[in-house]
Amino acid sequence: MKWVRRSAIAFLLAVAAACVLADYVTPADYAHQFRDVPDAASSPQHLLGTDALGRDRLSRLLYGTRVSLLLAPAAALLSSVLAALIGGAAGFVGGWMETCVMAATDLFLSLPWLFLLITVRAFLPLNVSPIVSVAITFALLGCLGWAGAARVICADARTLCGSDIVLLARASGSSGFRLLWRHVVPNLKPVLYAQFWISVPVFILTEANLGMLGLGVAEPLPSWGSLLRELESFSSFSAQPWQFAPLFLLIVTVSCFHLALRKEELCA
Amino acid sequence: MRKLRKHVVRLLIVLVIGGFLGATLVRLAPGFGVDEEELDSRLSQESIEAVRQSNAAQGSLAGYYVHYLSQLAHGDLGVSRTLHQPVRQLLAERLPETLKSVGLGLALGWSAGLALAMVAVMSRTGLADLIASLLASVLLCFPAAVMALLFVLAQAPGRLVVGLIVFPKIFHYARNLLVRSASLPHVLTARAKGLGGIRVLLWHILPIAAPQLLALTGISFSLAFAAAIPVEVLCDLPGIGQLAWEAAMGRDLELLVNLTMLVTLVTLLANSAADMAVHRCEEGEA
Repeated sequence: MKWVRRSAIAFLLAVAAACVLADYVTPADYAHQFRDVPDAASSPQHLLGTDALGRDRLSRLLYGTRVSLLLAPAAALLSSVLAALIGGAAGFVGGWMETCVMAATDLFLSLPWLFLLITVRAFLPLNVSPIVSVAITFALLGCLGWAGAARVICADARTLCGSDIVLLARASGSSGFRLLWRHVVPNLKPVLYAQFWISVPVFILTEANLGMLGLGVAEPLPSWGSLLRELESFSSFSAQPWQFAPLFLLIVTVSCFHLALRKEELCA
Repeated sequence: MRKLRKHVVRLLIVLVIGGFLGATLVRLAPGFGVDEEELDSRLSQESIEAVRQSNAAQGSLAGYYVHYLSQLAHGDLGVSRTLHQPVRQLLAERLPETLKSVGLGLALGWSAGLALAMVAVMSRTGLADLIASLLASVLLCFPAAVMALLFVLAQAPGRLVVGLIVFPKIFHYARNLLVRSASLPHVLTARAKGLGGIRVLLWHILPIAAPQLLALTGISFSLAFAAAIPVEVLCDLPGIGQLAWEAAMGRDLELLVNLTMLVTLVTLLANSAADMAVHRCEEGEA
């Protein structure tokens, strides 16, 4: 199934390229209003039509994809770093620290993720500028998504600490930070990469859920979540099928992320 | 008995820590202690002063903790700022609706996920496995909110969405577990000796996977509750998911913290029950 994985990676690269080049390939800015053609159907000028405010849907889709595809990995990176610091330190130090960290991860994992997220989101101001709302949404995802990964990393760090290479390093006089930095962290890299790539589609989907509930990225900045909100005003499936383009792109992209991950990474 | 005591102590510790964290967040949130009643021009100066004094009683952080915990101990969860109703009454009205959605969703997700995982493991051609895996993978890529919206458009019962969110996770986990159990030497020996497929599954594969499957029930509760928020909001089901969303939009922090703690309590109870069941299972095997 190598070709499936390669096709998925190729699709993701193509979507990433389209987002990076959004400034050149889109007919207008994401906030530009074509006031004479609101709610327009698909046409050569507006391939995906325009929304109720006359904004070009294709432009908004590409800019929204850029926001979601850039910031979901950023949030995943933040959560992976937190997981590496917390889980790695707990596994390396062991004892009471490991017990405390494991209890904290147990608590975090038993909290209903979306309840926790909207609670913390509500503590922060809701009426903020679009850029701040983007930062808040994805920073929250990153800060609250570390627990699962920390558990895996802690278990791996603990196993590593009892392995021959670490015992040999200890016997050679290496200890403390040097042991952690030179021998433990490099061997944790594959797990960290796997956790990072697993988190990306999870964060994309969570942002979409938050966006549809009005707690994600604020208007006029588009993201997949805010673009999907438009479906709420939909009355039938056949009326304007091009409105489903964001949903289609979201599903295909998340599927490609799953397909691009190796089996071993998914098991981790 | 010792295990049960341990779980109860753990639950209490989590609730006390959760209560303190929640109370701290509410206390430190911007706008705490400001009451819109103070702006009511119909109130006399004495009444406004009384409102101010009642807010000042919770002024310090320590004072607020004591006030919050004593209220909690008496079963008083406060009053919702946005809905102007006691939180306890709101929960009593809305919790059954969510429990109905979550219960139905869990029943659907578990029965479909486990049944398809068993079919996928037992099928000889691999076609059933492929179809079930594809279905689960597609469902895994749908945000719960979109699925709820599509159900509204299709005029289908929204509660089913919770089941569709739980299903792929149960299926993938159960399938992997059953595949691993099916490749164990004693299962291969049983097959080689001519035991029927159903018998092998019921007597040799499922009992091995049972403890880990039981452990998944706790996590599936958490998943189902999380899915209940977008489902109830978009399908207009008056449960605690919708209440949480309304509280978030109105920044009704006290209500939100109480809701999160309640759902955490239910999830922790489910996790503890699953842990106890796993323990009993392992003891039985030993």
